[in-house]
Amino acid sequence: MGLVARHLEANGIPTVVLGTARDIVEYCGVPRFVFSDFPLGNPCGRPFDIAMQRRIVTMGLGLLESATKLGTTVQTPYVWSDDTSWKRLIFTKERPFLEGESYEHWMKAEEGYRKLKQEGKI
Amino acid sequence: MSDDYVRYIDKTREYYLAEGYQKPYQWAHFDQIPFAPLAKPLARCRIGLVTTSDIAVRSESGNGENYDKDTLLGNVYSIPMDCPLERLYSRSEHYDRYSTNLDDVNSYCPITRLAELAAEGRVGSLAPRFHGVYTSYSQRVTMERDAAEVLRRMREDEVDAVLLTPI
Repeated sequence: MGLVARHLEANGIPTVVLGTARDIVEYCGVPRFVFSDFPLGNPCGRPFDIAMQRRIVTMGLGLLESATKLGTTVQTPYVWSDDTSWKRLIFTKERPFLEGESYEHWMKAEEGYRKLKQEGKI
Repeated sequence: MSDDYVRYIDKTREYYLAEGYQKPYQWAHFDQIPFAPLAKPLARCRIGLVTTSDIAVRSESGNGENYDKDTLLGNVYSIPMDCPLERLYSRSEHYDRYSTNLDDVNSYCPITRLAELAAEGRVGSLAPRFHGVYTSYSQRVTMERDAAEVLRRMREDEVDAVLLTPI
């Protein structure tokens, strides 16, 4: 997604990314980023929490107006839960990111990509 | 706490090494960042939206419908911004299913929140459609084909600024 933001921006359209994977977005390098320290899945706020979603989207719009230097990250003020074990457990044997059918889909897609690459098609 | 966020790059590297993959995924990285300032006040801007949340539209009968069949080019598809919320859902598997859910579209594709802000005049208007991008394994394909297609559609809709929501 960072790649799309960069392309739009390079062609004159201001962008703001709302996201939860801070290291990935910042490593890529995007002009404006609103970071929420949440599990992957809800970059615009907790499900059915309209007030929170509204604030996060509004922060994003505000950053479009206020950011004067590239690579600006702002963090939303919300804590996902008092229990922070989700941070430790994601991508572990205990909580594999993908398993079952999801894992098979992913493997199939990866295999397809490798094949195309080997054949020099991408 | 801003310093204890999850390091997904390190975590995925360790995870897949333990799974037997020797070559870690190379995440996109650039030293230079482009920057385009907002050209006019937000209250006069038309806002666009891009998501990677694999949004699909339910048909009238309630069955899943791949909206992309009419609009898909490469990995890019488009859905009307005023599509009834109850018909939208996400097919994404790339989220933390132990900690949260994708039951509320506005938590990853904020079309209702944007519509409210447009109605209140915080932004001028919304683009007539939002865009989904399926994740590609090839960063080159994303950059050269899919990002170019998103730009083409944004220009067609005369969008002034864009919100992007990676799931």
